[in-house]
Amino acid sequence: MPVTPLPASIDGTVQLLAKADYIADRSLATVLYLALKMGRPIFLEGEAGVGKTEIAKVLAASLGRKLIRLQCYEGLDVSAAVYEWNYGAQMIAIRLAEAEGGGDRERIEHDVFSDKFLIKRPLLQALEPDPDGAPVLLIDEIDRTDEAFEAFLLEVLADFQVTVPELGTVKAPSPPIVVVTSNRTREVHDALKRRCLYHWVGYPDAARELKILRTKVPGISKKLSEQVVAFVQALRKEDLFKVPGVAETLDWAGALTELDAVALDPATVSDTLGVLLKYQDDIARLDNSKVKALLDEVKAEMRAAE
Amino acid sequence: MADGRLADNILYFARALRAAGMPVGPGSVLDALTALHVAQVGNRDDVYWTLHAVFVKRREHSILFDQAFRIFFRRRGLMEKMLAAMLPETLPSAPKPPEAGAQRIQDALFAGMNQREREEQLEIDARLTVSDREVLQKKDFAQMTAAEIAQAKDAIARLVLPFEFVRTRRLAPSRHGHIIDVRRTLRASMKAGGAVIDLKYVGPREKEPPIVALLDISGSMSQYTRLFLHFLHAVTEREKRVTTFLFGTRLTNVTRSIRQRDPDEALAACGANVADWAGGTRIATSLAEFNKRWARRVLGQGAVALLITDGLERDADDTLSFEMDRLHRSCRRLIWLNPLLRFEGFEPRAKGVRTILPHVDELRPIHNLDAMRDLVRALSGASVKGHDPKEMLRRVA
Repeated sequence: MPVTPLPASIDGTVQLLAKADYIADRSLATVLYLALKMGRPIFLEGEAGVGKTEIAKVLAASLGRKLIRLQCYEGLDVSAAVYEWNYGAQMIAIRLAEAEGGGDRERIEHDVFSDKFLIKRPLLQALEPDPDGAPVLLIDEIDRTDEAFEAFLLEVLADFQVTVPELGTVKAPSPPIVVVTSNRTREVHDALKRRCLYHWVGYPDAARELKILRTKVPGISKKLSEQVVAFVQALRKEDLFKVPGVAETLDWAGALTELDAVALDPATVSDTLGVLLKYQDDIARLDNSKVKALLDEVKAEMRAAE
Repeated sequence: MADGRLADNILYFARALRAAGMPVGPGSVLDALTALHVAQVGNRDDVYWTLHAVFVKRREHSILFDQAFRIFFRRRGLMEKMLAAMLPETLPSAPKPPEAGAQRIQDALFAGMNQREREEQLEIDARLTVSDREVLQKKDFAQMTAAEIAQAKDAIARLVLPFEFVRTRRLAPSRHGHIIDVRRTLRASMKAGGAVIDLKYVGPREKEPPIVALLDISGSMSQYTRLFLHFLHAVTEREKRVTTFLFGTRLTNVTRSIRQRDPDEALAACGANVADWAGGTRIATSLAEFNKRWARRVLGQGAVALLITDGLERDADDTLSFEMDRLHRSCRRLIWLNPLLRFEGFEPRAKGVRTILPHVDELRPIHNLDAMRDLVRALSGASVKGHDPKEMLRRVA
C-alpha cells in the first residue's frame, strides 16, 4: 500500500479530516498542517469532550498510519511507557544455558539482553520503522502523569530517540506524528510546551456543531438537530460549573433519537438532562422553569432566523 | 591609581556582595583583579560588566550586584577617582526610588550605621474592619533586610508541614517494599553468576503534595500580608509545586510573580499585578471564581489547600457555605490558617468564621504573628488541641 501523502495545504488538511468525519475549524487545521510540515509534536489542550483524542485517531485513519496510544496515569513509569525486559523468559534462558553447561557469563548476559527479550511499550513502538510511514503517537491526558515523566518525555519529543541501557539508543528513522493532549487538571511545564505547537481546542460555534452533529448522528431530523445545537449553545452561556462539550451534544442527540423525539419539549429535556450535565449543582440550577425559559428563548430565536 | 588601592576596593566590594548574600569567594576577587587588568577598562560600564562577569553566577544575583555596584561606588565617589585618569567626562549619578535588593545592600554595606526607619504603608484604620467596598490600589512592600531573609530561610528550613508526604503510585527501590523488583533482582543475580537470587523490592514512592495557597489580602489582613507573601515565596522556593492566589474583592493568580528568586522582586511583581490591596473582602465571590476557573487545574495530584484568611466576611450567606463545601471536596486536605485566632479561648462568633469552620479539615491558629518563625511553628507538626474545627463549632452551639 502506498504511503498516503501528507496534505499540501491548510485546505487540504481540512478536507483530509472531513473525509474521516472530523469537522475541524481553520485554526486547528492550520496547527495540524504546520505540525505535519515541520515534524513538531502537537499539544492540544481543552475541556473534556471537545474532541482532542479524536484528532489523533482521525489523523491515523486518514493518513493510513498506525495509531499508538499511550494513556497517561499517575505512576506511569518507563517500564510501562517505554520498554520492559521479559524477565520470565530471561530466567528460563539463563537456567537453560546453565543446564547446557555453557556458563560463559559474558555470552549469557549478551544473549539475555537482546531484542528477543525486550517487550516494547508504546513509546518504543512509535520509534520503530513502519512500512506505512511513521505512526501517529497519541500521548493522552499528559496532565494525569507526574512532572518526572514529563521531563523524560522531553528527550523523546525533542530527538525522537530513547536509550535502553543494555541495548543502546533507539532512534526513529522518520519522526512519528505526535499528538499530546491535556485536560488541564494541572499545568504542564513550559519546557514541554515549548517543543510542541500549542492549540487550545474550544467549543465549536453553532454552525460547526450542527455540521458535526449531522455527520456523527446521521439519522437525526433537521429540526431536532437544530434545536439540540441551539439549546446546547445557549446552555454554554449559562453560569454552570461544567458546560457540556461536543461529546455530550452527540450523546444527547443520540439519546433523543433513541427516545423517538422529533422536537424538544421541556419534559424531555428535564428527563435527559443527565446526559448533558454531570454535576448535581448544575442539574439543580436548571430546574423546570429555567429549562422552559431557555427552550422558549431558543425556539424564538429559531423562528426569528427563519 | 595605585594597584594596591584598586585591590583593596575590589576586596571591600566583594565583601559587601558576600554580606548581601552572594556566594563570592576569594578566588573571585583574584579573578576580578585579573579581569580588570586584562580587559583594560576605560569607563564605568566596562568596570560594571567586567565585575559582573566575574561575580555574578546566577541570574537572580544580577540585581543584587547592580545595587551593590551603584551604592558602593556612589558612596565613596570611587568610580570617579578610578576613572578620573582615563575618562574626562563626569558621569551623572541618578539615584532612583528603592529597587528590589536595595535595602539588603544598604544593610550589608552600612551595617550598624543605618537605622533608617522604614515607612509602613499600612492603613491602620482599615485594619480589623470588614467592608465590601473595593479599594483598588497598588502596594509597595517594605523591602526585606538581610537579617530578615536569613531568619526566614532558617525558619523555613525547620518547617515541617503536617501534610508533608503522600504516597504516589510511582514505585521506587525500597528495603521495606513488598513488590519484587525483577529488573534489579535479575541484575544482581547476574553479577553473582546467576547462582544466587537475592530478591530486591520496590515500594510506593512518597512525595510532597502540591500546595495551593489562597491568601486574603483585604484591609483586615493587611498587617500580615507581607509576612505571608514572604512565607509563600520561601515555600515556593523550597518546593516547586506551589500555586498562590491572592484575593480581596477579586482573585489573582500570582504564582509566576512569586516564583522569581529574589524575594523583593517577587513581592514587587505581586504588588504590580494585584489591584485590590487592603480593600474589602468578598470571600465567597473569590472562592467561587477559584472553584470555577482554577480548582480543576491546580488541585490535582492530591493537592493540599491552604486558606489564609481571618474569615471576616460581612455577607456570610449560603454562597460562602456552598463554595467552601465545593473547595473542601476538590482538594485532599483543606487547612485554614487564621491569624485572628490568637487569643486563648477564642470562640468562633463571627458569622463568616462559623460558616467556614464546618468545611475545613484543620484549623491552625497563630497566637503571635510577628515573624516567620511563628508562622512556621503554627503550621508545623500535629494540630493544636482545642482547635479542632468540629469541636469549636460544638462549643459555640
